[in-house]
Amino acid sequence: MPSNEHTIKAFDAEIGQLRGLIAQMGGLAEQAIGAAMEALRLHDLEGARRIIDGDKRIDALEIEVEQLAVRIIALRAPLADDLREVVAALKIAGVVERIGDYAKNIAKRVPTIESHGEIEPLSVLPAMSVLAVQMVHDALDAFAARDAAAAVEVCARDRQVDDFYNSLFRVLVTHMMENPKTIGQVAQLLFIAKNLERVGDHATNVAEMVYFAATGTHMAERDRGPMSYSTPTA
Amino acid sequence: MTISNQHKICAKRVSVYYGAKKAIDDVSLNFDQRYVTALIGPSGCGKSTFLRTLNRMNDTVPSARIEGDITLDGEDIYDPSMDVVQLRARVGMVFQKPNPFPKSIFENVAYGPRIHGLAANKTQLAEIVERSLRRAGLWDEVKDRLSDSGTALSGGQQQRLCIARAIAVDPEVILMDEPCSALDPIATAKIEELIHELNGRYAIVIVTHNMQQAARVSQRTAFFHLGTLVEYGATSDIFTNPRQERTKDYITGRYG
Amino acid sequence: MSETLVAQLPVGPAEPAERAPTDWRTQSMQRRIRQRYAAERRFRLLGMAAVVLSAGFLAVLLVTMVYNGASGFLRTEIALPVDFANAGLTVDPARLKGPGADLALAGAGVENATKTAAIAAFGPQGSDLLSDGAWLSVRAAIKRDPAIMRGRSIVWVPASDAIDIAAKRTGSPENEAIVAHFKQRNAIATGFNWPFLTASDSNDSTRAGIWGAFKGSLFTMIVTLLIAFPIGVLSALYLEEYAPRNRWTDLIEVSINNLAAVPSIIFGLLGLAVFLGTFGLPRSAPIVGGLTLALMTMPVIVIAGRNAIKGVPPSIRDAALGIGASPIQVVFHHVLPLALPGILTGTIIGMARALGETAPLLMIGMRAFISAPPAGLSDPSTVLPVQIFLWSDQIDRGFVEKTSAAIIVLLVFLLAMNGIAIYLRNKFETRW
Repeated sequence: MPSNEHTIKAFDAEIGQLRGLIAQMGGLAEQAIGAAMEALRLHDLEGARRIIDGDKRIDALEIEVEQLAVRIIALRAPLADDLREVVAALKIAGVVERIGDYAKNIAKRVPTIESHGEIEPLSVLPAMSVLAVQMVHDALDAFAARDAAAAVEVCARDRQVDDFYNSLFRVLVTHMMENPKTIGQVAQLLFIAKNLERVGDHATNVAEMVYFAATGTHMAERDRGPMSYSTPTA
Repeated sequence: MTISNQHKICAKRVSVYYGAKKAIDDVSLNFDQRYVTALIGPSGCGKSTFLRTLNRMNDTVPSARIEGDITLDGEDIYDPSMDVVQLRARVGMVFQKPNPFPKSIFENVAYGPRIHGLAANKTQLAEIVERSLRRAGLWDEVKDRLSDSGTALSGGQQQRLCIARAIAVDPEVILMDEPCSALDPIATAKIEELIHELNGRYAIVIVTHNMQQAARVSQRTAFFHLGTLVEYGATSDIFTNPRQERTKDYITGRYG
Repeated sequence: MSETLVAQLPVGPAEPAERAPTDWRTQSMQRRIRQRYAAERRFRLLGMAAVVLSAGFLAVLLVTMVYNGASGFLRTEIALPVDFANAGLTVDPARLKGPGADLALAGAGVENATKTAAIAAFGPQGSDLLSDGAWLSVRAAIKRDPAIMRGRSIVWVPASDAIDIAAKRTGSPENEAIVAHFKQRNAIATGFNWPFLTASDSNDSTRAGIWGAFKGSLFTMIVTLLIAFPIGVLSALYLEEYAPRNRWTDLIEVSINNLAAVPSIIFGLLGLAVFLGTFGLPRSAPIVGGLTLALMTMPVIVIAGRNAIKGVPPSIRDAALGIGASPIQVVFHHVLPLALPGILTGTIIGMARALGETAPLLMIGMRAFISAPPAGLSDPSTVLPVQIFLWSDQIDRGFVEKTSAAIIVLLVFLLAMNGIAIYLRNKFETRW
């Protein structure tokens, strides 16, 4: 939070509203990822459909954020940290909308994976999703608190998600070689893993924007952690 | 801040007192020939006072006293050998309220060149007047009525007339003290465009209360607060990422 | 999109519910409004009454002056038959041509001849019907046409006070009868009194004129203006534009303000002591009068001038200084021209006061009886208000209307002076 309030109270109210919308979007997106993983685990086709429908709500919120941000820029002419925050909110909304899309994407794949018990790596995916969702959650918390340090910390964690993905990749590829008849389903799982990895990347993006909004400078290269994923050669 | 030849005006450790009251406290600031420099800050922060020390307009205030050095091209402007009249011809000024003389448009612009003997004859004088009015973007609007009173023009035109009057004596620096505060947005835009066009030919220092204006017209911004210089830097930095908390609070509207 | 935008516009905090709206229609509110209107009306009426009252006073003053004074501009003349041939005038008609005429007539006994002619024409009291100066008209007639000295001729001569008044308004019954008698024979006429405007003071009301006093006033005013205006304006400029603000300038300011309020007679004493006593300037002279009145007028001009200079917007000064005008250029190119209308107004007031001033001039001897108009600034003279004062003291009835007539002349002088100043002021007045 800023050191003190704006002289124009309505300005504070609008900034607060903007933050509220971002938090709401973030909450929905986190929930959607979690629910998608749950639907995947339980093979809950009905739940998957709800998630696909629920993404419309996130899209609507994104439009709302855009409108509010444009209005604040037009009417309040924000400067310095206010300006950075509005711009960051605008971009974060786009990123969170993408995260929502990944949840939808995962939910769409639920019907294609039937015999979940057969595929052993499936038990690793929820752990990976918890990690990615936690990153999103922490990045958005950092945004709410304008906490640059927390944002740096979120970026550092992206490596863990990448590591998860890399090991899953190897495991799934091995599985496909051993059980050719499951190649179709496992390929779907590979895509889901890839989606989760992308969620982690987007959380990193959010964190970078939070850092910019909070400090006015872009995150230095060394703070971003190693360049996210590298497709394993094996 | 390093002092280089680029700096048109260098103010070093300047303090100004009105009687016992300290209006400016130890301000060091350099103005570059190439840039428009904006001075911003809340009312009474000393930015106008500081501006007026740059062409010694504060001399007209009997109780004003100044400490520190201000140099124009390396010459100390408060040196006893400095001729104030010549200094003010070299460092022109445009004021908050448009203040044309109650004379004709031509006379308004011709007055400066005339008292300084810049024109050898009437033809030359007319040339200077036309050139100045053109440069101030006013020529097309007034060329058919040069003998009309300057006070009969609209506010924005009057202010451009004042700018024409200031540049008629071919100054090196133009100081502007809230030049648009009495003007409507269109007239303001015209003045801002004019400042943009004059930039480079003259070093321009502008005091403004309108931060958007400072952001639009200047390349360098200095933030004053309670008589001190809080922050000075590139305008884009000041308005996107100020270093000082006080600057940030002021420009984001949290001041007070 | 735009609809959503409108719908999302934040609304201001709702009014606190417990605040009851003001009822503007209650009895007490209506009464308050009525009272307010009544107060406005009362004030307007009072103001109008004040204006009407002062206009009324002015009208009464003017009517009285014109009524009393108009006849002062007229005089009655009587046709006097003179038998020059037998009047025993000892003068050589040949000498009446050229510059020696007055000298030749001086010892000619015209006065006696006139008296004799009057007695012959109108009876034993005949010469009382004519003005003491009647013989001057006879002399003038001789000078005009020396040929009349060879026979009888009718000369129009001024009537005496009593006859003059009887002819113009109401005199004693016997004088009225005489006038009626003359009228029957067309031997009496009333015409414009040119000598009133061209002659100077005299003991005889029929011969008294205003020219000497008028010229004295003119000279005095010129001296006053030439001294008080430049000194006053320069002082005002210096005090406003140059003088530092300190105890000394405060003291000077207070002194000047007090000087403007000092009773005028004290200036007269000052003039007596300084100009007559110390410098030994001539008594009763316009130059001394002018100097004394200048002392009195100067503070008024300084005060008005300072206010006018203060009224010049500082922005104009800034503008001029900002393009490198020197202080003296600022003053003479900008401040003074803009302040001039105000300075002129102050000067009008000061000069009008000086023109009407009597007391200080009495002290420096301008109340003397001066029968010739002053030829220069150091000649003895009097001024219009002093002349009015002197005439109003006279016992002679003929001076009553002369006093009023002189007042009219003074007022015309004043109006003319103010008219010029107002013209100048309007000419210099510029809006900014």
